[in-house]
Amino acid sequence: MKLKNWIKSVPYSQKIAPYVFISPFIIVFLVFFVYPVISTVIMSFQKVVPGQTTFVGLDNFKNLLNSDFSKAVKNNLIYTVTTIAVLIPVPLILSVLLDSKKMIGKNSFRAILFLPALVSIVVAGFTFRLIFGELPTALLNSILSNFGVKPIKWLGGPAQWTTFFALLTLCSWRWMGVNIIYYLSGLQSIPTDLYEAAHIDGAGSMQKLRYITIPLLRPVTIYILTISIYGGMAMFLESFMLFNGNRSPGGAGLTIVGYLYRLGWEQANIGYGSAIGLTLLVITLGVNVIMLKYAGLFKKGE
Amino acid sequence: MKAKRSIKLTPQTGVMLMLFIVMAVITLTPFISIFLASLRPGKEIMRQGLGLNLDTSVMSFKNYIYLFSGETAYFTWYKNSIIITAVQTVLTLFVSAFVGYGFAMYDFKLKNLLFMCVLFIMMIPMEIIMLPLFQLIIKLKLIDTIWGVILPFVAGPLPIFFFRQYLSGIPKDFLDAGRVDGCTEYGIFFRIVFPLMKPAFAAMGIFVGMNSWNNFLWPMIVLNSKDKLTLPIGLNALITPYGNNYDVLIAGAVFSVVPVIILFLLFQKYFIAGMAAGGVKG
Repeated sequence: MKLKNWIKSVPYSQKIAPYVFISPFIIVFLVFFVYPVISTVIMSFQKVVPGQTTFVGLDNFKNLLNSDFSKAVKNNLIYTVTTIAVLIPVPLILSVLLDSKKMIGKNSFRAILFLPALVSIVVAGFTFRLIFGELPTALLNSILSNFGVKPIKWLGGPAQWTTFFALLTLCSWRWMGVNIIYYLSGLQSIPTDLYEAAHIDGAGSMQKLRYITIPLLRPVTIYILTISIYGGMAMFLESFMLFNGNRSPGGAGLTIVGYLYRLGWEQANIGYGSAIGLTLLVITLGVNVIMLKYAGLFKKGE
Repeated sequence: MKAKRSIKLTPQTGVMLMLFIVMAVITLTPFISIFLASLRPGKEIMRQGLGLNLDTSVMSFKNYIYLFSGETAYFTWYKNSIIITAVQTVLTLFVSAFVGYGFAMYDFKLKNLLFMCVLFIMMIPMEIIMLPLFQLIIKLKLIDTIWGVILPFVAGPLPIFFFRQYLSGIPKDFLDAGRVDGCTEYGIFFRIVFPLMKPAFAAMGIFVGMNSWNNFLWPMIVLNSKDKLTLPIGLNALITPYGNNYDVLIAGAVFSVVPVIILFLLFQKYFIAGMAAGGVKG
């Protein structure tokens, strides 16, 4: 009888209700996030063999100092930097142009540029694999042959830039429209009287862009930077699909997560795999914290 | 402010238009080339790669006829993808709205800390914890089930964030009015607030649904029975170095994208709202 009353009254009280509302998050967070992170930390100091798991101290991390892992880190860094270099300025300019009063067909172009974001990485990846095929008849090579360029082995060819070019193209194709949408929604929040005031003060359109638009779009830029770092350092499937698996000639498409996948799944070396995961966690968090601090996000509060 | 909508084709507009037409053509080229390829025999794609040649003598709808003949596992994957997408979308929306409501409407201890946790997960790539998560899913006997795919992500940080932002705009007087009328705390959520959230559900529903439909890595790790594979996993399994499955692969790929594009064209507004959700800071 008492219990029944308790069930009837306590969860319904205004004090307890908020915890009931957020309880699904707390449960999922603890079970499917905190627990795996803790077990990553523990396993990264272990050699995990079913039945006899032993602590090996820092051995897993010492193993990370090999050429494959540094190659993977380097690949992810180049990828992250190049994608940011393209996918922030270009969408910014395109969205400003799309938003201008002189532009026509704004919605149609926005929709077309967004279409690639609807395609799964599997379909996008093998489509680009075929576009970047090494045969003379593959799309890109056949276009280039009109300009007298000899067929290029794009993926994993002798020159490294061709692989990065393919990855960058795939990434830009998929995310250009999304970033444009972020910037367009940011542009809506800039009050028009700012531009009018600037206009009265005799500012040209370049000055307006520099002194009003770009500074006021900063929150959007910071958001895109954050997700680009996240996505760039964790990039795996793009390379996995372009190279049709986790093996690429000379490690041209090897990534940190690809290396984790190779060791954790293909070689069942879970301790070592965890050390890679933990390292990636520290890199991602570190870069993001530095970036956010540098961008002054912490200062602004909220 | 009179409507200044008379479109004058100034040179500036012309240059901008040209630029965007070029961008649009580049963006659409992969779509067009993969569609053209789906009309050609798979072996030829293997031999020549993807091109834009329009040799109508080798083009036909044979690949699609074969696809729809039911001789392949394609429609099993299709069915599985539809089920997973539907269940995941409904559950994630419901749970995230519930949680977002808690964050938006109440003040309680540890609220800020817990909300920081939501933002924190948004910054952590899931791939980092996929090894221990996989072991956990095995321990929980969720391996090779759709629950193993869905449950770890059922309280999605972005939907929670979005719903919290959305609900912050609803005046709290609504809640007090509900309380006066004798609604319980949950009654207020289900009877009063839930109906107000329709636009938010539409935007996030499309966002979550699209990600679920296209999700690849985690489902590939969790699901391994042949009859449980989803579209992306199934299509990926068809990619072999010998190219002997290209007929089904390419037609199947096109047919997996078409419904999403149709939905997008119908509900563009909500797609864009869902996408832009992440970029809008609170």
